Amino acid sequence: MYAQMIKTARSGVKTREEMNDQEREFQDKIDNDIKIEPRDWMPDDYRRTLIRQIGQHAHSEVVGQLPEGNWITRAPTLERKAILLAKVQDEAGHGLYLYSAAETLGESRDELVRLLHEGRMKYSSIFNYPTLNWADIGAVGWLVDGAAIVNQVALQRTSYGPYSRAMIRICKEESFHARQGYHAIMKMAFGTPEQKKQAQDAVNRLWFPAIMMFGPTDADSTNSDQSMAWKIKVKSNDELRQQFVDQTVPQIEYLGLDLPDPNIKWNEERGHYDFSDPNWDEFFNVIKGNGPCNVDRMKDRVNAWEDGQWVRDGLLAHARKKAAAKVAAE
Amino acid sequence: MAVDKDKLLQFLLRQGDNTLILGHRVSEWCGHSPILEEDIALANTALDLIGQTQMWLGYAAEVQGEGKSADDLAFLRDAWDFRNVLLTELPNGDFGQTLLRQFLFDAFQSVLMGRLMKSSDETVAAIAAKASKEVAYHVERSADTVVGLGDGTEESHNRMQAALEYLWPYVGEMFESDDIDAAMAEAGIAPDPAGLREEYDALVGKVLTEATLDIPAAKYAHKGGRTGYMHTEHLGHLLATMQWLQRAYPGCEW
Repeated sequence: MYAQMIKTARSGVKTREEMNDQEREFQDKIDNDIKIEPRDWMPDDYRRTLIRQIGQHAHSEVVGQLPEGNWITRAPTLERKAILLAKVQDEAGHGLYLYSAAETLGESRDELVRLLHEGRMKYSSIFNYPTLNWADIGAVGWLVDGAAIVNQVALQRTSYGPYSRAMIRICKEESFHARQGYHAIMKMAFGTPEQKKQAQDAVNRLWFPAIMMFGPTDADSTNSDQSMAWKIKVKSNDELRQQFVDQTVPQIEYLGLDLPDPNIKWNEERGHYDFSDPNWDEFFNVIKGNGPCNVDRMKDRVNAWEDGQWVRDGLLAHARKKAAAKVAAE
Repeated sequence: MAVDKDKLLQFLLRQGDNTLILGHRVSEWCGHSPILEEDIALANTALDLIGQTQMWLGYAAEVQGEGKSADDLAFLRDAWDFRNVLLTELPNGDFGQTLLRQFLFDAFQSVLMGRLMKSSDETVAAIAAKASKEVAYHVERSADTVVGLGDGTEESHNRMQAALEYLWPYVGEMFESDDIDAAMAEAGIAPDPAGLREEYDALVGKVLTEATLDIPAAKYAHKGGRTGYMHTEHLGHLLATMQWLQRAYPGCEW
């Protein structure tokens, strides 16, 4: 997951009559579910929108290491520590595939990282919330990766081939993470009263941030129409959010935890759970940089990059020396 | 021949504590490395080391025979009961110091695991056989990085030389021998570490030469980790973090 509020690089969707031949041919492919590949012609706006979306998704995977890394050194057993390390390693790997997918559109990883560090690109709002007790790590796997899966299963059908294939691969690993996360929080929910209290605290704090991950309501999602027409986006924010709520509420009940929202109630008529809107003011504040961890997360990433400059320079200098020596020897 | 159970236990704790403490240190890097590929590599290295720890401490707990688990040994002992060499508990420093520490340890492990695969103790041999595959790529990667940074820019060279000056006095402890080592050697369980030094020096010397780094002349070696007599001040802080949940909420299942 982890792409929200992606500004589509165009205002308004063109009608068939407004399209030129090339654009019509492109739209026909999309409508017939033929994947767009890197060498195919594509509208500039399609390319730019995808770079933003894939780039934001990649950044989210990378920044997402931080809240989990916060607990790696405090994991309570060797097995939990190993599972968490494996998960974080997967997330960094997802970051790599996604940056590679963006590269097929002509945007380098270095450039995307620069834009992130300059505050000109974003990552998912969820990673601007803190992980405060060990149950948060379970909840991140279960709720955050769970929400990501709902979004990404839909994105497996996205129109751009490399992105779609990355999603298929990533979803397999995310499903494993979600199961591990649920297992970890289950141990706590069924554990001592103190453990159960931590589990409840995690669910209470992370529920609304998790359902915010799908982005604003459809009514306020101004960028969606063109993305839907191009099948960059396959389902609307509200559809995905409802799907997540429907699958997650019974899981909370199974844990014997209190529901984090008093308005969660099965609606027989709709065949879905009703639930409260998250606090959208808070959401827009987090997006603007005022979340509890925005400043620290970016400081961590920028410092890691700057502190590592000498390493990248050193390794590059060595590689050049070796290449020069090889040429000289030939 | 039957080996003294307590000595075997001490030997196994030395193995498991080395991988546990170093694995923990490496895991501290999560999300902060110089480039994404290194985040993946560091997490992977830490994961391998923790996996080896589960095997070594699992066997240690079995030999101890008090009904404890690998987790009990990892999370419920105090600093003086830890048997890792001091090198593994030293702070990460910069990325170069972390990778040089890794290389100095990986090189030792690569020599040791080759011998332990032929151990008269089948469990030790099996653990070493599994670990040796991981150690082989760990040492390849850490050696490559040490060479790349040592023979990189002036700055990277200077940083690596400074890291070597800091770390080198902790190398000697890995080759210390005591009555535990003598008992292991006599039972054919493990080699006397002192006998591994020549092979180690050849491997490390070759890599450090390629890295254009000078091995410090001073021979003094800090010790006290593998006997538990005197750890560094750093270990207590590491344990305070690592063991916190188990200590704060005793007796829970996680």
